[in-house]
Amino acid sequence: MREPAANETALGEALLAAEDVSLSFGGVRALTGVSFDIRKGEIRAIIGPNGAGKTSMLNVVNGFYQPQSGRITFKGEVRKSMRPYAAARGGIARTFQNLALFRGMTTLDNILAGRTLKMHRGFFWQLLRYGPALREEVEHRRRVEEIIDFLEIAAIRKVQVGRLPYGLQKRVELGRALAMEPDLLLLDEPMAGMNLEEKEDMSRFIIDVNQQYGTTIALIEHDMGVVMDLSDRVVVLDYGRKIADGTPDEVKRDKDVIRAYLGETH
Amino acid sequence: MPSLDPSVDTLPKLLIHNASTFGSRPAMRHKDLGIWQTWTWAQVLDEVRAFSIGLGELGLKRGDKFTIIGTNRPRLYWAMCAGQALGAIPVPVYADAVAEEMAYVLAHAEVTLAVVEDQEQVDKLIAIAERLPQLSQIVYDEPRGLKDYNHARLISFEDVQAIGRKKLASDAGCGQRWEAGMRAGKGKDLSVILYTSGTTGRSKGVMLTYENTIISARNANAFDRLDENEQVIAYLPLAWIGDYIFSYVQAFTAGYCVNCPEAQDTVVQDRREIGTTYAFAPPRVYENLLTITMVRMADAGRLKRKVFDFFIAVARRWGEKILDREKVPLRARLLYALGEFFVYGPLKNQFGLSRVRIGYTAGEAIGPELFSFYRGIGLNLKQLYGQTEASVYVTAQPDGKIYPDTVGTASPDVELKISDSGEVLYRSPGVFAGYYKDPEKTAEVLTPDGWVHTGDAGFFDPKNGQLKIIDRAKDVGHLSDGTVFAPKYLENKLKFYPNIREAVAIGAGREFACAMINIDLTAVGSWAERNNVVYASYQELAANPRVYDLIAQHIDETNRSLSEEEVMAGAQIHRFLILHKELDPDDGELTRTQKLRRGHIIDRYSPLVEAFYDGSTEAQITTEVTFEDGHKGTIAARVAIRDLKPHPVAAAKSAKMERAA
Repeated sequence: MREPAANETALGEALLAAEDVSLSFGGVRALTGVSFDIRKGEIRAIIGPNGAGKTSMLNVVNGFYQPQSGRITFKGEVRKSMRPYAAARGGIARTFQNLALFRGMTTLDNILAGRTLKMHRGFFWQLLRYGPALREEVEHRRRVEEIIDFLEIAAIRKVQVGRLPYGLQKRVELGRALAMEPDLLLLDEPMAGMNLEEKEDMSRFIIDVNQQYGTTIALIEHDMGVVMDLSDRVVVLDYGRKIADGTPDEVKRDKDVIRAYLGETH
Repeated sequence: MPSLDPSVDTLPKLLIHNASTFGSRPAMRHKDLGIWQTWTWAQVLDEVRAFSIGLGELGLKRGDKFTIIGTNRPRLYWAMCAGQALGAIPVPVYADAVAEEMAYVLAHAEVTLAVVEDQEQVDKLIAIAERLPQLSQIVYDEPRGLKDYNHARLISFEDVQAIGRKKLASDAGCGQRWEAGMRAGKGKDLSVILYTSGTTGRSKGVMLTYENTIISARNANAFDRLDENEQVIAYLPLAWIGDYIFSYVQAFTAGYCVNCPEAQDTVVQDRREIGTTYAFAPPRVYENLLTITMVRMADAGRLKRKVFDFFIAVARRWGEKILDREKVPLRARLLYALGEFFVYGPLKNQFGLSRVRIGYTAGEAIGPELFSFYRGIGLNLKQLYGQTEASVYVTAQPDGKIYPDTVGTASPDVELKISDSGEVLYRSPGVFAGYYKDPEKTAEVLTPDGWVHTGDAGFFDPKNGQLKIIDRAKDVGHLSDGTVFAPKYLENKLKFYPNIREAVAIGAGREFACAMINIDLTAVGSWAERNNVVYASYQELAANPRVYDLIAQHIDETNRSLSEEEVMAGAQIHRFLILHKELDPDDGELTRTQKLRRGHIIDRYSPLVEAFYDGSTEAQITTEVTFEDGHKGTIAARVAIRDLKPHPVAAAKSAKMERAA
């Protein structure tokens, strides 16, 4: 029973634009001439059947892959070659399809790790744990605690991540990405392998992140129901090409999309 | 010194008294962002006053009803007191109630204002807003997710306080007027309406005056020598009389500190950090702690397990005697001290019970084995018997006179008697003023000379004079051959097994007793893991024949122990089944306080009940279920029924329990 507000369908300027991006590995064409944009404040979904190039697209966005041709504009600047850490520094955070947490560390430490880029005091200051370094640490810890509160994971604050069930690990990973205070949050299949209840929880967290922090979110997801409920706009890939782009309703009615998902009648 | 001054006769007056007596002592703590935040009595008064004046500005006035919905957070307790200071009456509602249940209570109580925890509760209220035309304001504590809501009738707790503070600053006489208004409240005034969850039918609004609760709380504090040094943790539902008395009225009368946990699922850790001295929990909580422990021990190494088993046996043998200061041989004392070091101490520490001076269990009968276990490891666990209608206390066990199967002697100022039909009646200063807008129901329960019918069957134990409760009076029945059949008695015996979460005994008017079982997913799941039993869901695990074997063993042991009790021997369980779904309050199978609603369950599962008695070995059942978000669905299953051989009756007949029947 949420009363929808005016800013819900974000119509802001483009935060990131991909123009005519092509990527191939040897002879395999992962992406062919894909163009789309992500607007400030929206939840943007990238969907498509298996092998459609969704994760490749995400990897191009955060600088893990270099496209052979095409242009990526992020925050109004055209990006040439970019390394993942530079993307992170620039305000792009992500979670992974198969989780990439530090399994031996606690939830708290994992999320704190997400603050690495925000730590300014050097190694020796940290070692001293005094004055500005101490103040900085307290501030980081406060931010982390806010995220723990936000994601309702207080009960597992000091539990080793490796001992947690999958759904909770996913939540911790989201927490770590949030700790970076990103401008753009990339989620690679945030609901994969979850049961209905966990999916509902995760959807709510994604909406809350978007609303509360105004974070722009791009997500890849298989579960069509989830995508249609969550996203403001959807881009559909198939065999590395963009076949549709628009609001969930537009995309749902698109013939090419239906064909890609359900196959053609023979 | 806690106030015993009879002129301090309302909770807001107690707050003022405490702020001047204990000003700088902690009154409340809340763990927020991982850190315990503390408020002294003086600070609480300041918060309450600002909020109260703010509420007054919003239009809340004497005689109005307002609701409190949420988990145990300081602000929700303050809100109760703030409203009471204006002469308004809080009607707390169970936070996990679905919108439907809420609508009934709020409409019945004519609630005009709501103070709620968060978005979830705001959503529920918006969903039922049409049916609550008199509800004009919703105040929320946690702003998350509410930014874009229409704020015409919605305001944050801080904003209400800001209104109050502004008024205090701009209007010099405001503080005095507020205090004068608060002083106009009297002990005889209605202080709270608590809706009982009720094992049958619609919930009833129990009206309690300040006097009811304050006298009961003062008596209880004196009985257990509670003072301003106690620490308690508030984690039980706000709408429950237990929490209202323990975390609010007793805290205000004794001046002790109430600690609010960080979240519902951090209670055990939080309790451990605080080191509570006075604990209160329904048997279920103690049961869960023990189940978790037993599961972990089953996974522990052999040496650890041996040590654990050995010292638990020592504790069972000697622990209670040592706790009751009886004469115990030196060897046992030494062994027990060793056990304290290796097992009991660490165990109590894990449970967060190391510093507990007095622990109560109530709300439901506790399994004697479970009770003895905790007392054995040195926890001064006692039983009490109470009701919302009595402001909790009817009976309690005095220190040193503890028996697992009784609920104690009459609490201070309480008179007790047993009616001819075996029902327990009481009369006390805590007796309620009646059910709200329901004089008929009031007349059924409350006699003109002040006695209350509890609806429970009981008797005084001839050995120690303490009250013994058998079951709900209307639930005690007979098998078709006249054998006494007390379902709850059987169920409690079964539920002692960690693998059995819930049991429903059936047999009234039938030839023999049967049981429907809910397995405990944690315990049986861990057993399954160790025994290579593969399962994907509760339903699949419950239907596994090896799980049936496991449960059959437990029931067989129960039957053997029943065969040794003359009166109950005839009520051994002949057939049982494991239900395909967990019993759930959302489906009306349990009350919000997790008590079985037996009648409803028997109706709902009537095909299974019939199958028990027509000899079938399995039965088809389709049930409607309600999901957390209110959607409905159905579950269908074929449930197997297993037969058991009853044990021969062992002992000779004695007439001990017969009066009870």
